Amino acid sequence: MLKVENLYKSFDKFLAVSGAELTVDKGQLVAVIGPNGAGKTTLFNLITGMLKPDRGRVVFNEEDISKLPPHDICRKGIARSFQIANVFPRLSVFKNVQVAVLSQQRKSNTLFRPAHRMAVEETNRILSSVGLLDKADHLAGSLSHGDHRILEIAIALGNEPQMLILDEPTAGMSPDETSSTMGLIKRLAETHGLTILFCEHDMDVVFNTAQSIMVMHYGKTIIQGKPEEVKSNMEVQEAYLGGADA
Amino acid sequence: MKGLSLKPLLLCAVLLVILLLLPPILPRFYTYILASIFVTALLAMSLNMVVGHGGMFQFHHGAFYGVGAYAFALLLFKAHMPLWFGFIAAPVIAAFAGLLIGWFCVRLTSLYFGMLQISLGSLLWAIVFRWYALTNGDDGIHGVPIPSSISSSSNAYYFILFFFVLCLGVMYLIHRSPFGMTLQAIRDNPARCSAVGINVRRHQLMAIVIATFFAGVAGVLFVVLEKSVFPDLLFWVLSLEIFIMCLLGGWFTFAGPILGAAITVALRTFVGIYTEYWTLILGVLLILLIFFLPEGVMGFFVQKFGKGRDKEAAPARGQHAES
Repeated sequence: MLKVENLYKSFDKFLAVSGAELTVDKGQLVAVIGPNGAGKTTLFNLITGMLKPDRGRVVFNEEDISKLPPHDICRKGIARSFQIANVFPRLSVFKNVQVAVLSQQRKSNTLFRPAHRMAVEETNRILSSVGLLDKADHLAGSLSHGDHRILEIAIALGNEPQMLILDEPTAGMSPDETSSTMGLIKRLAETHGLTILFCEHDMDVVFNTAQSIMVMHYGKTIIQGKPEEVKSNMEVQEAYLGGADA
Repeated sequence: MKGLSLKPLLLCAVLLVILLLLPPILPRFYTYILASIFVTALLAMSLNMVVGHGGMFQFHHGAFYGVGAYAFALLLFKAHMPLWFGFIAAPVIAAFAGLLIGWFCVRLTSLYFGMLQISLGSLLWAIVFRWYALTNGDDGIHGVPIPSSISSSSNAYYFILFFFVLCLGVMYLIHRSPFGMTLQAIRDNPARCSAVGINVRRHQLMAIVIATFFAGVAGVLFVVLEKSVFPDLLFWVLSLEIFIMCLLGGWFTFAGPILGAAITVALRTFVGIYTEYWTLILGVLLILLIFFLPEGVMGFFVQKFGKGRDKEAAPARGQHAES
């Protein structure tokens, strides 16, 4: 479904991503891991069009999307959440999701109809599927950190994506929140038939959830494979699983 | 936000009736001041659409007001076009100028947007100021032929009031439409918006075009009121003034700029009688405002008394207004 081929991106001669390779099959839950600064977020920004690659290709459903702007890539069916909670703080939780739903329905440019009666059902359905319905009237800026992250995912769902890219969905969460969020993500993948690509720091979470893991180090893909394959790969252990301290 | 509740609607109706009854009672001078407040308020509202709701630093919005006014005056005075044609064409020309300038500006963000906007807007001023053959330069155009059926003191008042209310209604519809909501979302977080599939630049440009159209309408109404135009209409000082009106009234509220315009015009008129340094008072007011009412006068009242309504239009600046 998604294929990243030999991707490069540098900032002022610093190679943030240098030769990233990634394959995501339909319906899979794929994780990208790697130490801080390995280029995971940059990779996600390249896939979603927030950044343009210097070299290489991003292919989604047999189509090269590496030169498209973010809103077009979203239209192709890729929605994302951000590492830093990235919501609309001055709008209510409901409207946060509604903005995405209206965009999906191509109604963002409707001028003379009151917005508060539009896409209500769809928005409520999404809010209840992630468990935020009771907070629909709250201002997004007033939510707790955990709820912020969930709202992130809810906004992304508003676009009815085929593929969901989550940048550290559980960053800063307590262990309890982390496990419930991962449960939510798994459930969404099953019920919506979503393909999910995410990156994560917590190794337990990754090896328990993902069906395929890609390991990045210094912007380069070291290996991608099933969790067992990755675990047994020595190079990975050196790069990430404690090799640094040893 | 559950549709229009009855109370504010009633309040608006009462206010409107009072405004309709005023001209026979008030001295001519005050009807004139009121009409001039409507014109300025419409201009400030149109600016606020871009600045307050759209988050774009449209520093030189007055330029489009001037374009609308000049287009209207020239169409009538030089081209001898019929009145109705001028009414329609002038705002469209202003919107077209907005499209041209906005097309470049939306490619930049925040202050860079503002810098480019103020330079391109000033360019319009320079053209009007220098092109003697067409615009009479700094002499301006006086005695624009407008029939007295709409330009005599109280008729002009009603005429302007009608269009002011009409434009306000349309702007309110837009404000609450998906377009308006998306615009506010872009203000809050453009990157997130493009990630949910919104073409941010196009949306912003559309907002600019709509806002400059209304600025053009305000320009036309100005000519109806004054029957003359002069280059100062496009000068950046006026743009700064309406920017201040938005801040003063509360730029995250819908109706705030009306209040800001009323305060500013009243100050200019009544303090201006005693001293030409009335802007000094405005300056002091602005400083006090920044310290004590950072959300503007209207924003303050909405926060204090607005129990729920319009809450998301004017939450605390720290973004933590708990509902």
